[in-house]
Amino acid sequence: MRRHLILLGFAALVTFTAAPAQAQEYVITIKDHKFTPEELKVPANQRVIITVINNDDTAEEFESSVLKVEKVIAGKSRGTVRIGPLAPGKYPFIGEFHEATAKGVVIAE
Amino acid sequence: MLGALIIVFREVLEAGLIVGIVMAATRGVDGRGRWISIGIAGGVLGASIVALFAGAISQAFEGSGTELLNASVLAIAVVMLMWHNAWMARHGREIAAEMKSIGTAVSEGAKPLTALAVVVGVAVLREGSEVVLFLYGIFAQGTTGSALLIGGLLGIAGGAAFTGLTYFGLLAIPTRHIFSVTSWLIALLAAGMAAQSVQFLNNAGFAEVLGRTVWDTSWLLSEKSIFGKLLHTLIGYTEQPSELQLVVYIATLFAMYVLMRVASYRPQRPVAA
Repeated sequence: MRRHLILLGFAALVTFTAAPAQAQEYVITIKDHKFTPEELKVPANQRVIITVINNDDTAEEFESSVLKVEKVIAGKSRGTVRIGPLAPGKYPFIGEFHEATAKGVVIAE
Repeated sequence: MLGALIIVFREVLEAGLIVGIVMAATRGVDGRGRWISIGIAGGVLGASIVALFAGAISQAFEGSGTELLNASVLAIAVVMLMWHNAWMARHGREIAAEMKSIGTAVSEGAKPLTALAVVVGVAVLREGSEVVLFLYGIFAQGTTGSALLIGGLLGIAGGAAFTGLTYFGLLAIPTRHIFSVTSWLIALLAAGMAAQSVQFLNNAGFAEVLGRTVWDTSWLLSEKSIFGKLLHTLIGYTEQPSELQLVVYIATLFAMYVLMRVASYRPQRPVAA
């Protein structure tokens, strides 16, 4: 019983110390309906801030159900989303208005 | 053309479904056509304004303006749906009982109608602003635009047709059950919207708690599929909900239930035997 409690306390400690770390910021740009970078590596189990800069003249919808993001970014504009904490893995995203070319993936590791 | 049709249809679907449910929920209430039209017109106007200032909005609040707008607009819709259900819990039985002679209820009926007009307006505003931006993008590209534009307009027509389908589908329900069915639909709709709203807040850097994903049913039903999208609107289906979303979903349903119980409570009068 006591051993379990200690383990539990240790688990709680790990969770609490791991969680609040400073969120890191990343930038993804859109040009000619393509994302740069198309592969974005981010740390797992942390909040991440992504700013999407749309350099096209037309709007794009930055969308990913696995990242829980749905955001329209007007032409020549930018927007910021906060995502995570993500378990390690691959999280694809698309530009819904130009799905054929606008594809990318966030890799949490 | 087909691509544009599908994209626009997908966006319009949600608003179409909501309008259909609202129309069924107000069946037999005088003046609902006018209020729903006001809601749609207001939503289209609002969508155009949002689309026009989309750049400014998305850059507001350190890049989270869109999320905050979406979150607040959804929150307003949730409150309005709660108001409607509470009102219906109190008066719905009378309306159902005397479907044809609800003269007295009409003046009171105006109350939930404004609430539902707001819900319709909000639904059209959210999806509509995306459609406007998308269609504008097609327009701006010039030459190849016309076929895409036709696709887009067909997509809108498809969404409208879907409204009709929802409405007449719900009308097939016998009159004495329709209010309890629509009340349930509206409760689930509201819970789904609340869960969506809190996720937008989370994306904006607020409500950053309970962020873990509870389950992943993307293998079973993708949110991108038409059926997934329908369930997403209807009951708030999310393939990977966060703990916070789940908590808010259940809390909204519970609050709705309590509110409806309180609203329908009337002191019992002795009944002559």
